[in-house]
Amino acid sequence: MYHNWIPNSDPEIKASMLKSIGKNIDDLFADIPEPIRLKKNLNVGFGKPLSEYEVLRLVDRILSKNKVFRDPPPFIGGGICASHTPSIVRLLSLRGEVYTAYTPYQPEINQGILQALFEYQSMMAELYGVDVVNASMYDGSTAVAEAFRLAMRVTGRRKILVPETMNPFHRSVANTWISPVGGVIVEYRVDGRGQPLIQDLTSKVDGETAAVYLENPSFLGNLVEEPEEIESIARSKGSLFVVFSDPVSLGVIKPPGNYGADIVVGDGQGLGLGLNYGGPGLGILGIRMDQGLLKQLPGRLVGATLDSNGNRGYALILQTREQHIRREKATSNITTNSSLMAIMGAIYISYLGWNGLRRLGESILKRTRYVVENIRKRLSGRVSIAIDTDLFFKEVPLRFHRRSYEEIHRDLLARGIHGGLWLKDLLKGYEDCSLFCFSEVHSKSDIDLLINALDEVS
Amino acid sequence: MWRQARWDEDLLLERGKRSSAGPLIPFEDQFNEIEIKIPENLLRKDEPSIPTLSEIEVVRHYTRLSQMSYGVDLGPVPLGSCTMKYNPKMLDLIAMDPRIVELHPLQDIDTVQGILEIIYLTERWLAEITGMDRCSFQPPAGAAGEFAGALMIRKYHLDRGEERDEMLIPDSAHGSNPASAAMAGFKVVRIPTGPDGEVSIEALKASVGSRTAGIMLTNPNTLGIFESRILEISDIVHGAGGLLYYDGANLNGIMGIARPGDMGFDIVHLNLHKTFATPHGGGGPGGGVVCARGELVDYLPRPLVERKGNKYYWDYECKKCIGTVRAFYGNIVPVVRTFAYIAMLGPQGLREVSEVSVLNTNYFIKKILEKPYYELPYAPEKPRKHEVVISASKIAKETGVTTEDIAKALLNEGLHAPTIYFPLIVSEALMVEFTETEPREVIETYAEILNKIAEKAYRNPEEVKKTPSNTSVSRLDMVRANHPKTLAPSYKLYRLVYSDPGK
Repeated sequence: MYHNWIPNSDPEIKASMLKSIGKNIDDLFADIPEPIRLKKNLNVGFGKPLSEYEVLRLVDRILSKNKVFRDPPPFIGGGICASHTPSIVRLLSLRGEVYTAYTPYQPEINQGILQALFEYQSMMAELYGVDVVNASMYDGSTAVAEAFRLAMRVTGRRKILVPETMNPFHRSVANTWISPVGGVIVEYRVDGRGQPLIQDLTSKVDGETAAVYLENPSFLGNLVEEPEEIESIARSKGSLFVVFSDPVSLGVIKPPGNYGADIVVGDGQGLGLGLNYGGPGLGILGIRMDQGLLKQLPGRLVGATLDSNGNRGYALILQTREQHIRREKATSNITTNSSLMAIMGAIYISYLGWNGLRRLGESILKRTRYVVENIRKRLSGRVSIAIDTDLFFKEVPLRFHRRSYEEIHRDLLARGIHGGLWLKDLLKGYEDCSLFCFSEVHSKSDIDLLINALDEVS
Repeated sequence: MWRQARWDEDLLLERGKRSSAGPLIPFEDQFNEIEIKIPENLLRKDEPSIPTLSEIEVVRHYTRLSQMSYGVDLGPVPLGSCTMKYNPKMLDLIAMDPRIVELHPLQDIDTVQGILEIIYLTERWLAEITGMDRCSFQPPAGAAGEFAGALMIRKYHLDRGEERDEMLIPDSAHGSNPASAAMAGFKVVRIPTGPDGEVSIEALKASVGSRTAGIMLTNPNTLGIFESRILEISDIVHGAGGLLYYDGANLNGIMGIARPGDMGFDIVHLNLHKTFATPHGGGGPGGGVVCARGELVDYLPRPLVERKGNKYYWDYECKKCIGTVRAFYGNIVPVVRTFAYIAMLGPQGLREVSEVSVLNTNYFIKKILEKPYYELPYAPEKPRKHEVVISASKIAKETGVTTEDIAKALLNEGLHAPTIYFPLIVSEALMVEFTETEPREVIETYAEILNKIAEKAYRNPEEVKKTPSNTSVSRLDMVRANHPKTLAPSYKLYRLVYSDPGK
């Protein structure tokens, strides 16, 4: 059957190629034992090939059953939040030389990709205040899982201490990834202001603790007021300090590298990468410069070097950590990663520039402040801020006192507003709460619309 | 003669030039009067080396970088086991549809019925192609699919009260197989390849036992040879209480012709970015899918899409499942691409994909062996499937020109090199996979140039060793790149190493 995606399926070409090798098609598959040869057509697709137009129309018909919330954008958080993808990020990512390239195993012909990844690594390292960031992980959840495994390998210990309010999606993934090699996740308490309970944490850190993990901003959106204190508690027992941060927050909030993080992690989705119904995403993983950490770092890494004429060039480095060389002794099995998303992230950061990033961070801080103040002022007694602080970035947990959030959510949807993430089955102690997010896509009138609606339905 | 663009493009981080503003932030002015009341000690004080540029400067920078890159849109990228096929452009359009990219994964179920329908149908199609019962899209890439599969095997045995800690893996396997098995807590037992290029049955029999959890196989294997004794392998491993895991990286050679499920495999992973035309984006993202049949379905990562009446929903019920391997549902955009790709080709088209990819491989073998330079190790009489591994060992021995040199000489001609030095069981290996999307003439030219490079190796080896010169940079110093004293994995460290940057 001829298809124009398959040039040599043209009957004449196919016949002449077969003639040239002196075989027919059946000969090429003659070594497949008869009992396992498929005797029927696959029951896939729509039974026959379809034209491009037919498929575009079909996909259009199916996708029209989705509802995109744009006016206002969705307020649902939970680790990822609606953001704007600047045109240049979307369109430059489609450059065929990069879009259709493989991992740059042959560096001389792929300097562009390598330089873009080197810039991604370098700008992320600057943003997080560390020395080295790898060329990407799949997403935030797997970056966290790999960070925990990294800490376990470096320390030879098994216990990971995490806040009780840790992102439950990340926690579930991390648990899957570390338990086969003996890793155990243990919670430390967090107080009503969203701050780690120092006494509880101190009592749990011991000689078996591979890492103390901190989210800043936390899953619930609040900032941690004394991160240095957590660092010194981790340090006191020789544990590594692992910090997760939203890269967008680092335009304005002190970066984890500046308060002693050994390993930094993040999810790059907010860098204009789209929601993508959850994936693909971008996992950020970095370290301070330390030979022990570097040797155990998972994932691809690009480094600068010189070519035979003394010109600067870039290549994948320290590949002896990786699966294709080290096999079962590799630091990770990761092969395909999220390079294109990393490059899009680099384009996004370049587009905003440092000034833009700072103003973006400030602008989101202002929005969350506006939300917190107005909810306190206008919905008092019915809706409260679930954490007793003013310091939020992007996400804000709301507690509903009169009606179940399930009903409120339904009423909001009926008004064309997509509310927050109900925490009922996700976080103990927050069953009557919902996590809302506010990013650069939310205007003041969007927020007012939400608060007015909440005023009516809660 | 081909020449790649060569822009003296500095790092953006080196640009001192700063505009004072940057682009407008959406609705920024509406919040001007709000005061940020954040304690001083929490605010960022330092200024990272990230310049603020105008839009055109950023566009030119990345456009120039793209011109110094090489993908399938420019020419063949016949990397073996990577299945670098043409990625149809209409799929790029679909992948940008706002009704996909603007969907939040935790959105209300009634507002995502379209995407769930696509996931539901695609799952059924992939189950049909592999001969499995159900599939989970959660693994974000092939290696994550392998990891999920290994975890399923581990949990299956644990639930039966059996302690099985050994995973059998052929010496020709992809490196991610042993890495994934080790991540899942298994000890790896290496099974040698016999002289016929297939898993040695004797060695397999000697290795299976009460500790065997399973075997991870790809079929066709990385030599491009179909494991013709697969049913015997299945009997041996199942007979010992182990499970069969199928690495789907090489599925492109048998779609619509044979199915892993019919060969005895219990679990399968597929790479949507290989077989089903998601562009590789310079390294990713991809899409991993893990499929299972029979009682192994219970162990698949959750949630899965189910349908009740006309309504689709996510079913989180997880009695035996291994949990989640990635947040949410995996990489969904490649799933939509897969849906449209299969819809366009239909069952006949998928079979054609495999027929022609196999034909292309064997046509290349015919062409390359017309000259006496390269050898085809392991059972040269057997037809290869999606890929072939040839050896430049004779050339290396007689001229000193290695596979690495040959790869660089190919780059010099504007052709991407194949996978080299893999599988490890072939010395001076070149692993070639054209896929079904390369025209006959490209295959002919590629074979011709490979033979010309070999001829040149005998005539003037030094000239080959000096390549490439037509690429944006000449051969890179990999010792310097990896040496602890000159290691520069970020601009910050680069500045420390290169106080006098070589430019």
